[in-house]
Amino acid sequence: MTRKQKRLAVIAGGMGFILTAVLLVMFAFGQSIAYFYMPSDIATKGVGPDTRIRLGGLVAEGSVVRSEGSTVKFSVTDGNGTVPVMYTGILPDLFREGQGVVTEGMFTAGSQVFVADTVLAKHDENYMPKEVADRLKQDGVWQGGEKTQ
Amino acid sequence: MIIELGHYALVLALATCLVISVLPVIGARRGDAALMAVATTGTYALFGLVAFSFGVLTWGYVVSDFSVQNVYENSHSMKPMIYKISGVWGNHEGSMMLWVLILTLFSAMVAFFGTNLPDRLKANVLSVQAWITTAFTLFILLTSNPFVRLSPVPAEGQDLNPVLQDIGLAIHPPLLYLGYVGFSVCFSFAIAALIDGRIDAAWARWVRPWTLTAWTFLTAGISMGSYWAYYELGWGGWWFWDPVENASFMPWLAGTALLHSALVMEKRDALKIWTVLLAIIAFSLSLLGTFLVRSGVLTSVHAFATDPTRGIFILCILIIFIGGALTLFALRAPTLKAGGLFQPISREGALVLNNLILTVSAATVLIGTLYPLLLETLTDEKISVGPPFFNLTFGFLMAPLLLAVPFGPMLAWKRGDLLAALQRLYLAAGLALVAGLVLFYAENGGPVLAVVGLAMAFFLIFGALADLWFRAGFGKQTASIAWSRLKGLPRSAFGTSLAHMGLGITVLGIVAVTTFETETVVEMKPGMTAEAGGFVLTFDGMRAGQGPNYTEDRGHFTIRKAGVAVADVWSSKRLYTARRMPTTEAGIVTFGLSQLYVSLGDPMADGGLVVRIWWKPWILCIWLGTVVMMAGGVVSLSDRRLRVGVPKRRAKVVAPVPGQVAEAAE
Repeated sequence: MTRKQKRLAVIAGGMGFILTAVLLVMFAFGQSIAYFYMPSDIATKGVGPDTRIRLGGLVAEGSVVRSEGSTVKFSVTDGNGTVPVMYTGILPDLFREGQGVVTEGMFTAGSQVFVADTVLAKHDENYMPKEVADRLKQDGVWQGGEKTQ
Repeated sequence: MIIELGHYALVLALATCLVISVLPVIGARRGDAALMAVATTGTYALFGLVAFSFGVLTWGYVVSDFSVQNVYENSHSMKPMIYKISGVWGNHEGSMMLWVLILTLFSAMVAFFGTNLPDRLKANVLSVQAWITTAFTLFILLTSNPFVRLSPVPAEGQDLNPVLQDIGLAIHPPLLYLGYVGFSVCFSFAIAALIDGRIDAAWARWVRPWTLTAWTFLTAGISMGSYWAYYELGWGGWWFWDPVENASFMPWLAGTALLHSALVMEKRDALKIWTVLLAIIAFSLSLLGTFLVRSGVLTSVHAFATDPTRGIFILCILIIFIGGALTLFALRAPTLKAGGLFQPISREGALVLNNLILTVSAATVLIGTLYPLLLETLTDEKISVGPPFFNLTFGFLMAPLLLAVPFGPMLAWKRGDLLAALQRLYLAAGLALVAGLVLFYAENGGPVLAVVGLAMAFFLIFGALADLWFRAGFGKQTASIAWSRLKGLPRSAFGTSLAHMGLGITVLGIVAVTTFETETVVEMKPGMTAEAGGFVLTFDGMRAGQGPNYTEDRGHFTIRKAGVAVADVWSSKRLYTARRMPTTEAGIVTFGLSQLYVSLGDPMADGGLVVRIWWKPWILCIWLGTVVMMAGGVVSLSDRRLRVGVPKRRAKVVAPVPGQVAEAAE
């Protein structure tokens, strides 16, 4: 190969790698992005089964039921809608009724129960997940969290 | 009174900054040695003032002076002394103080160790450092003043977030900041060189120790943070691809690339423009990290109280520095003389491949981290990009690099021989495959792809050893000659080998733990048993306990192997009384390099308890590997060619600098 061809080969190789990276990023985005919904969105927009989403809101008062093993049932509400959630595992330390929560998972076909595989744990007693706080304030359901100290 | 002195010292520091920001640059332009000398003295004074100010804040914490709002909000008189001190940087204001303290520390170190630098370069570098310090000191004084007083004085503080009351907080932020901020020196060198319009191999030699120092600390900081999250958060994970973790990981990737490209520049006088750009990028990513963490745009473990003015202020700093640096780069880069050419198959070629992969991987992490923010700003749509995205893209892109690493050091500069490198490595590759298969069977299988991962990790380790083996000439020479040659090898050769080996050990830990890990969630009552990793755990019961500022419920477990008790462990749930905040303290037992991780859940109505037990085989390799990498960094730092004096002699031969004449005349 001449010097020019060699340089072209190197540049082509580099471009090829970058192109692979771009395609990979696009593919991975398609696979692993989860959109954020509130219970009232579920009622209005509707979410198909087996689509991975994040569901956020407040844990409804008196809704937490522990069944056998480590399965927990509770409801997530935003004042305008309520969605029943089922989760198996250990709940985060700060999971409480009336507190904000973000769960990740999906609806299974033919069921209204949201099956969560992740319940987000955060580390402050005043903590309200940002997405939830924004929406709840917008809807006038909840006002706290501005300056708690 | 003393608190006000601390505040005043910080204001004085700002004034000093302004002086160092301007005078030395003018001095460097005019060739005025007296003006340039202001940089060195001024930098020492600056460091003294900031250190005093930081000391005063620390004093406020030590004596629990609750008249200071910052102390009141984040401390408690009952808190153990170590957490009172580490609590200084366990909040927004204090952590920014630490940032500036470390920034000025690095400036002072450049002033102190930079006696061999040309005067003009040194003056410019210290000025650029002072620009950064000005911006951040201004930020503290205007938006995040830690010296604000309260009246009336509260009797008791609100305590520090319990999750932060850990030895991890004492160590992790300072190490991480030493890394983050250390790249400011590389940035300043790059800007100073661009201002001067002159960059040569000697420049790379001067920047290298600073890059190595920053890289070593950043490695330590990230690794420490990962281990801290692992044992403290009680979820058993060691890396979450949390935006804030990514924020520290991106500068690390760019810094690693810089470390390698600076080598090419130093040895072959090539890749100059690229290296300067990387130096700018590495620190820009550090700044971006600071913005992401401190502005409150992200919800994360690391986000403290949020205040929109702070976010905007840091965003402005970000735009001015990154934008300014890139503009200067765009103006000056074309005037820099391009370096020599080389063959694709050569040491340089391998290092270019390293740079390509590292920067592209860093870019994918950047996209994954910023895309949700961008989308929300533009369309108001909220999404989350989770670990699957990063595992897929980052893992896939990094794999070829891991495979290529052992080849790099085997290739010669200018024109390498891939066939010869292959011949030297096929034994290492064969052994790696065998080791991978053995480990795979010993751990009772899993996905077949794991063998590939394990073999790759072993290939890195054996390849690094093979490099030293062939350099010393074992096999060709008699053992005694080879041994003495091994001892005579430059320290940087050992540094390279150690760093690559450390990478291999970390990869080994990652692959092993992801493949062979088991997780068991069971409801247990006293006397019941559960099985994990070949051990049988018996739950013996709960006991109430009391700490200095918390109460706890501790569960006791006896661990048996084949009926014989081999260990026991306490796992607890704590309630920190001041904030009424519960935390989980996982019980961890180490067996060799593997660990059993026991975490308690909620009590059930019938008296049982949900218990989560993980078996984490080989997990300690992850952090052990980073320790070996750091050792590589330290050994490389002690190399002869980086010691004080050597670059100076070299520099005089390469190009006599006008400034040095003035220095000699003084």
